[in-house]
Amino acid sequence: MTGAQIAARAATQTTVIPRRSGSERAREGAFRVLMYGAVGLAFVALAGILADALADGLPVLSWDFLTRFPSRILPDRAGIESAIVGTIYLMVICAVLVVPLGVATAVYLEEYADRDRWWNRLVEINIQNLAAVPSVVYGILGLAFIVRGPLSLGNVLLAGGITLALLVLPVVIIVAREAIRAVPPSIREGALALGATQWQTIWKQVLPGSIAGIATGAILALSRAIGETAPLLVIGAAASPRFNPDGLDSQFTALPIQIFVWTQDPNRAFVERAAGAIIVLMAILLLMNSVAIWLRNRYEQKW
Amino acid sequence: MGAGPRIAASSGASGGARVSLTRAPSARSRFEALVRAALFAAAAVSVVVTLAIIGSLVVETVAFFGDVKWSDYLFGTKWTPLFAGEQQSFGVLPLVWGTAYLSLIALAVAVPLGLLSAIYLAEYAPARVRRVVKPVLETLAGVPTIVFGYFALTFFTPEVLRGFFGTEVNQFNALSAGIIMGFLVLPTIASVAEDAMSAVPQSLREGAFGMGAGKLTVALRIVFPAALSGIVAALILGASRAIGETVIVLIAGGQTASLGLDPREGHQTMAAFIAATSRGDIPTGSIEFETIFVVGFTLLVLTLILNFFSIRLVRRYRQVYE
Amino acid sequence: MPERVTEKDPEAVRAPAGDLERKARADALERPATVTAPADAAEAIFAVEDVHVFYGAHRAVRDVRLDLYKHHITALIGPSGCGKSTFIRCLNRMNDLIPSARVEGSIVYHGQDLYARDIDPVQVRKRIGMVFQKPNPFPKSIYDNIAFGPKVVGMKGDMDEIVERALRRAALWDEVKDRLKTNAFGMSGGQQQRLCIARALATEPDVLLMDEPCSALDPISTGRIEDLMLELKRDYSIVIVTHNMQQAARVSDFTAFFTVELDPEARHRTGAVVEYAPTEKLFTNPADKRTEDYVTGKFG
Repeated sequence: MTGAQIAARAATQTTVIPRRSGSERAREGAFRVLMYGAVGLAFVALAGILADALADGLPVLSWDFLTRFPSRILPDRAGIESAIVGTIYLMVICAVLVVPLGVATAVYLEEYADRDRWWNRLVEINIQNLAAVPSVVYGILGLAFIVRGPLSLGNVLLAGGITLALLVLPVVIIVAREAIRAVPPSIREGALALGATQWQTIWKQVLPGSIAGIATGAILALSRAIGETAPLLVIGAAASPRFNPDGLDSQFTALPIQIFVWTQDPNRAFVERAAGAIIVLMAILLLMNSVAIWLRNRYEQKW
Repeated sequence: MGAGPRIAASSGASGGARVSLTRAPSARSRFEALVRAALFAAAAVSVVVTLAIIGSLVVETVAFFGDVKWSDYLFGTKWTPLFAGEQQSFGVLPLVWGTAYLSLIALAVAVPLGLLSAIYLAEYAPARVRRVVKPVLETLAGVPTIVFGYFALTFFTPEVLRGFFGTEVNQFNALSAGIIMGFLVLPTIASVAEDAMSAVPQSLREGAFGMGAGKLTVALRIVFPAALSGIVAALILGASRAIGETVIVLIAGGQTASLGLDPREGHQTMAAFIAATSRGDIPTGSIEFETIFVVGFTLLVLTLILNFFSIRLVRRYRQVYE
Repeated sequence: MPERVTEKDPEAVRAPAGDLERKARADALERPATVTAPADAAEAIFAVEDVHVFYGAHRAVRDVRLDLYKHHITALIGPSGCGKSTFIRCLNRMNDLIPSARVEGSIVYHGQDLYARDIDPVQVRKRIGMVFQKPNPFPKSIYDNIAFGPKVVGMKGDMDEIVERALRRAALWDEVKDRLKTNAFGMSGGQQQRLCIARALATEPDVLLMDEPCSALDPISTGRIEDLMLELKRDYSIVIVTHNMQQAARVSDFTAFFTVELDPEARHRTGAVVEYAPTEKLFTNPADKRTEDYVTGKFG
């Protein structure tokens, strides 16, 4: 059609571009109501859940609260020092175990393993399955093998650290693999073409290039580990101990456990202290997440 | 490979003869081999962990089935392992039902809210809203479950269910635990589904918009089907989390393993039973101890089956964008 | 003067070389004055015989037979997919990195079969350097980029001197001498590629392999690198893969023309050398019609 013909036709029609039908607009409108409602409800609920703990727990926070030991009888004298210390020790033990192991596994799978071999594929599938196993099952593993059974360490700090390390190992492996994979093959080729060996290439080029991603992922994995309650319950973390763990072979508690115990106490004052402990736990997690994000933004390698 | 070295047309002057290219068994090559072996050992640890999990569960499960008939276990309808004598019964169906029931309640909350939120974020939300909300969503997915459990017991049951809605629920009830579990799982479903929908190339949307389709049509008929594999993965991920969730049920869901349909009553799940029982002082080797492992094994099998289907479904629906 | 025994094969002409012939060639092509004819007879550093390269069951390159000469530039040209990159990567054992790659035939370097059992690929790559199509500097400082090679191969000497020498050879020193510690990613594409050349030269190799080194660069940078190549051939032997015929005509002494053959049944593409001759001859008087079609632009 020529321009003149189009213009002529347009002149005779009242609308060139049809408006959408009423029913279609009604549907769109109804959906929007539904959608905004859903988003609103989700937002309100999640915000409410956090606000509830905040409201209950804020009045309880004080320096004394952070530096006293828990009491089973007097809520006014109860504090979470043993829980904080236990959580931090668990995090350190977990990190020391899981980061080298996870990164080493990731390096092997990405740089050395021949994908065609069945045992390497088995390892990969296995890791994906391990990531899907509920945390309580890792608790059972800890109970059967580490607390009792072959290792028989008892329900001590080291047992808790090992259990948590095994729990987040699949996550660290997956995250480290992604970080390593992000290093372009051209870097490896460049290094190898200069006469570097495979390990030299990995140690001097690949790992330094992926360290930011690995660190970020590891911190996020650790923050997941210290928020876990179920595995520690199963392996027998202590409730309200009036001492800090004095070694790897000491009984221990952690913030999630202390929160768990106090939440169920009939005395409302202890319930409020549970909320206080929740705030402290969330603060630690928020701090770790912020560090992880800061690390990523500052040191992430853009190729 | 080579047909044997041939003499090249080289006079051997300057540069030829001094070159040694052979691989002597040097310290460096031994080191490289050692490194490779060590890294393989590290990778093997993950396999060892799996074997240990399976091993520990299977050993005690086998011992358990030495005392209890497997048909009694799988099809029995009374779960009272801690009772004495005549009252002791090992039918696992109540626990399985409890797990399924609570997960269904949770998904009934999480799936609609999560998917609608995902559609909003991916298709409707302006860029600055998305920039803020997405990281918040991911942070929420990392909130420890104990926080949700606290809320369920201390606020939701007394203030919302009993107070606001006036429902007569038990102190420990499935409704509270299930709904709160839904909010636990919601950020995960929303986040993963949103990722899947955002990954759909803009060109697909533009093609539809160009034909005069509205936002709703594009979102539901173009983007949603294109992202289906990721959405299915999100749902299964959410279901997995719900099935394995322990603490919320332990705190707010009660310790009664029942086959009942009444959500106002307490229901116990497999995971909650495991945690509750292991906290008691149970002697190693007793049948009560063995129940921890049998139920754990059952839970693991269910989770792995779900995971297996997840991988299958994701692969089948995966769209590859060129 | 050493000369290889050749069968009279119209398909693959190996390049004999003689002083007189070379001088005649140089005069005919009006080379820039900086290029000097080689003082000694052309010595072959690579003798490639009956080389086939496979990826799994698929043969990517077949029947390669040619010599590569010291202190000369040899260009490998041909349409895309003809295996020139595959072949050049055989010369420094880079195809080892691809698990399904297999090399048959013999590649003899200074009298040693590169693919013999007891040859260490790491040692090979110390002697035979490579520059890639897309500049791939490490995300480190300029200094650390250059120093990486000498460090990993264990070169002795003052690292500062080694770095300066390499940068001077690559005609980059004056531009970067004041910012050696800045990140290499901040350089322009052309500078990055010259950095990669300097990096390859730092380990004092014998041979420099260049796989389409200018295809990602602008014309001015390309020109600078071509000038650099002509200077470098005084001290090194260079093999360059290029899809730019004019570049091959400008810089190289010998040119090998690869073609791609389509196997109708297997739907594979296999590369093969059609003609190998001194550059001037290949471009002005090619022996094979396929070569003529390619260099006159009828296809490719």
